Order: sequence, then C-alpha cells, then structure tokens
Amino acid sequence: MSVDIDTVKRIAQLARIAVSDEEAQGLQGELNTILGWVEQLGELDVDDVEPMTSVVQVEMKKRQDVVSDGQIAADIVANAPETEDHYFVVPKVVE
Amino acid sequence: MTDLTELTIAEARDGLTSKKFSAVELTDAYLAAIEAARGLNAYIVETPDKAREMAARSDAQIAGGEARPLEGIPLGVKDLFCTEGIHSQAGSRVLEGFKPRYESTVTSNLWADGAVMLGKLNMDEFAMGSSNETSAYGPVINPWRSSSNNADLVPGGSSGGSAAAVAARICAGATATDTGGSIRQPAALTGTVGIKPTYGRCSRWGIAAFASSLDQAGPIARDVRDAAIMLKSMASVDAKDTTSVDIEVPDYEAAIGKSVKGMRIGIPKEYRIDGMPAEIEEMWQRGADWLKDAGAELVDISLPHTKYALPAYYIVAPAEASSNLARYDGVRYGLRVEGDDITDMYEKTRAAGFGAEVRRRVLIGTYVLSAGYYDAYYLRAQKVRTLIKRDFETVFADGIDTILTPATPSAAFGIASMATASPIEMYLQDVFTVTVNMAGLPGIAVPSGLNAEGLPLGLQLIGRPFDEATLFQAGKVIEDAAGSFEPKPWWS
Repeated sequence: MSVDIDTVKRIAQLARIAVSDEEAQGLQGELNTILGWVEQLGELDVDDVEPMTSVVQVEMKKRQDVVSDGQIAADIVANAPETEDHYFVVPKVVE
Repeated sequence: MTDLTELTIAEARDGLTSKKFSAVELTDAYLAAIEAARGLNAYIVETPDKAREMAARSDAQIAGGEARPLEGIPLGVKDLFCTEGIHSQAGSRVLEGFKPRYESTVTSNLWADGAVMLGKLNMDEFAMGSSNETSAYGPVINPWRSSSNNADLVPGGSSGGSAAAVAARICAGATATDTGGSIRQPAALTGTVGIKPTYGRCSRWGIAAFASSLDQAGPIARDVRDAAIMLKSMASVDAKDTTSVDIEVPDYEAAIGKSVKGMRIGIPKEYRIDGMPAEIEEMWQRGADWLKDAGAELVDISLPHTKYALPAYYIVAPAEASSNLARYDGVRYGLRVEGDDITDMYEKTRAAGFGAEVRRRVLIGTYVLSAGYYDAYYLRAQKVRTLIKRDFETVFADGIDTILTPATPSAAFGIASMATASPIEMYLQDVFTVTVNMAGLPGIAVPSGLNAEGLPLGLQLIGRPFDEATLFQAGKVIEDAAGSFEPKPWWS
C-alpha cells in the first residue's frame, strides 16, 4: 500500500501540522519507505491471536469517584500562551 | 582528597555517612565539573542554586542521623521528566517556556530519598531518536572518542544526555526513559549501565508521554550496583498511574554478588542477524563464556517472532505518539504561532514546534489510525506483540532464567553520519532492545569491553516480568569479568 501526495496532505491536515508542497514530497517518500517495511507483518497469521493488553495479568484498577483536588485554576493556566480570568484565550471560533 | 566526582553512588553514600566530606562539597564538585563539560551539551539547564539548597538539607539530615537511601547524591534528570518550576521541555521547541506546577512521581521519589538535582539533561525530541540528534537543543557529544581520530561521536538516544553525563562524571547517576531502547542503547554506546524495568515498575505520571503502552523510566548509572540503588528509589506503585503495578519493590542491591551457579541463560539464535559486525558477535560469545565460567548453564533458544518486533513497534509507537502529542496545540502550554483562524494557529504552531522526526512519526501514527486502517495496522501490531510475548513466555516456562544478547548492532557512530540514510537505518539501532518493550519485560545493558577503536560495547540481559533482581545478579558477573573503563577527559 503506498500513499500519494494528496494522502500525505490529508494526513497532515488531520494531524494539524502545516506542510509545504516540498515537505509533502519528501514525506511521501519517507512514509512509503516505512509503510513498505512494516508490510512484512502481513506474513503472520494473527486471526486467532488476542491483542496484547498487559505484561502480567492484572485486575483493572478503579478509584473512588470523589474529588481529590481542585481550586488550582491559576496553576492550570499558568503555562498558557494567552489567558484571561483563568480562561484560555484562543482565536475567535464562533462568528 | 580524591576528586569526589570519581566516586560511585555507593562510594559517595559511604563517604557521606562516615562524614569524610559533606553533601555540599560533593554537589559543588559536580557543579564545577558540569561547567567544565559544557562543550558536551549534555545539560540543557543547570540548577546550581537548587542543588546547593538540596545538598544543605542533606547535610542537616546526615548530621541529625537521619540519612535517607540517596542522601546527598547528585543526579541529572532527563528533560522528559516534569520538575516543578523548572524547565521541562522534552527536548522540544513546542514546549517552549514550560515550567510545570507539579513534579513527576519518579523524581518525587528520588528527592524524598534525599537525592540532589543538578539539572535537566538533553535528549532526542519527545524521546524519538537513537542518536540525540533530534533534540531542539542540538546534539550531545559522546565523551568517548575513537583511538584513531578526534571526530565527535553520538552518545546514542534518546537518553543521550543522561548517558553522556554519567560517562563524563558530571552526575553520579541519571534518570532516563526507554520506549524502544532509549536507556539501553545510549548506555551501551557510552560504557554505562542502564536498566529498563518491567512495564509498570515505575510510575509514568509526570513524564511527557511518547508511547504509553511502551514507555518506562529507569536509571543510567556507572555500575550495576548504582543502577540497583537508583531503581529501588525510582520504582513505586502510584494511584496516579493505573498501569503501575502493586508488587513490592525488592532490595535490588541484595542481588549483587550472588553467584549465578546453575542459572540457565538463553542464547537466542534469531539475534544473530545478517551483517552483524564480527566485533559484536565476538563480544556476545565472550559474555556467554564469562557467565559459563561463573557456573551458569548456556542454553540455545529460539524466539521466532523477533524480526517482527521492530516493524510492529513502528506502528504502535507512532500511533500512540500521534494521540499523545495532540495536546501540543498552542493553547494550554508552550509555543503558539498565531494564524488566520484557530486551525491555522494549530497547524502553524505544530509545524514550527515539532522537529522533522517528530512530524514524521505523528504523520505515520495519524495514517495508521485513520479511518479504515486501524485493524490492518494498529490492531495487527498489537496482536504481533502477543506473539512476541509468547515467545518469551515459552522459554521462561522451559526454565530459562535470563536471556543474553548484544545491546546494540554497533559501537557509537559519528555525529551527522546518518544524515542522508533512510529513517529505517537509524531505527535498526534498536533491533536488539525493542522486543523487550513490546513484551513489557525488564532489560539491562552492561558494558562488556572496548572494540578495536577503543569504543565501548554493551551486552543486554532480558528477564522475566518483575525479576529485575536476576538482571542485576547476572549483570554484575559480566561487569566483574569485563573490568571497568572510562573515557579520557578531553572535554575539560
């Protein structure tokens, strides 16, 4: 399976990474090399194999449904590029 | 007094408790060494004030007869770990200016045991790389040089800063992380000891996530004993990481010096790969002979799915990375590049903030998870992991205690020497280490000698789940047989 230039651009858009036409061309070659290489997994019959979920059998952990922290809005926004009154500021999305 | 930076953690611990020198003196010796070694680019940020403050506290603890397990031991911290109020950028521009308001569980454990923080160590961006050349802060230079020329070599990666700093004696030990080999490969390339513990042994909380089902923290140290001392403090079960496992952390140091007589050590035939350099093959044989001479029994074993581990890794790791790195969007922390609208802002921020290797892997991950491809790629790769894990379970059930392999397919290579190679050439650096992450097992890299050019090589031991103690036990036998060696300090 190989990807064409339009697929590379569509994937970049899904990933929200701007790529120039020139970059897309370079990426197309690299992605095809990697995707071609992983094709060898097709040699294996995995029909009756369960996907791996953990190293040793473990019970899924559950925690109490309680508030364990809070009142730290100032900490949460402390590293944001732009904030106002404990809100994250982003470009206008609704007209 | 001898140079305090020459002491191992165990030696420094003895010197501090017997009051031969103070924690502040020890820390000052390291701070001076760090300054003299800036040319290696191992540290991204130095934290001398914090280090002296922590050391002074350690001296008070010692004076009060209340020394903790790592009291006064100066450590370096990989930039992937969040450290409260201190630069934590995962070697990336996208986290520009990020100073977390919290501390990772692993580093919290170390400070609670009395360790002193010297600063943050360079690394491949988001731990994606095998040479430390993808860092936004530039490459780290390996303290080791070939005996035939003065060319700068890579220290391996992604924990290249950690490995180089330990080898150059500019920290007593360092934290590191390993997703496909990022502790063991740089350890092997710098003549240091690195252990990736079993998945779930250390909490991942507060460590910038790369591939959540593979990432584990571990130490890089000068010798096997120091690695055992550090891992004991780093490991814990943690309510903030539900994948951390509630199994008691043993006293790993107690395993050191125990005989390997009667231990059954597997030699997997699939690790004898095409084109393996003679020096790697010879080192592997030498390591097997050392263990045999010490009374272990060598057993030829087969791990038939070995060759599928690396391609399966290059589906699983990028897929999980594309999801984990979605959070870097210019809104909550780090870099923001303004755009025409919010989507344009996201796209510009991520294009400017991520380096080429990270962009490549996020795109691969986005592709394999995109509509219609999940079953063919990610699900299939997770099923292949089960087959890889079964290979190991089968040999362990047959009575194998640990498995001996080379740690890397080569010694350290030149900076920029892989610049024009296909990405896969660099990925092959992890060919011997990545199986261990895929199966979630513990693996240790131990120096095994120098090659003809005077560069270090390493052997890897792979263990049963949560049996790190056996790795320290057998690793110590290799270390004793190989002898110790350190780079000539040309950098200071």
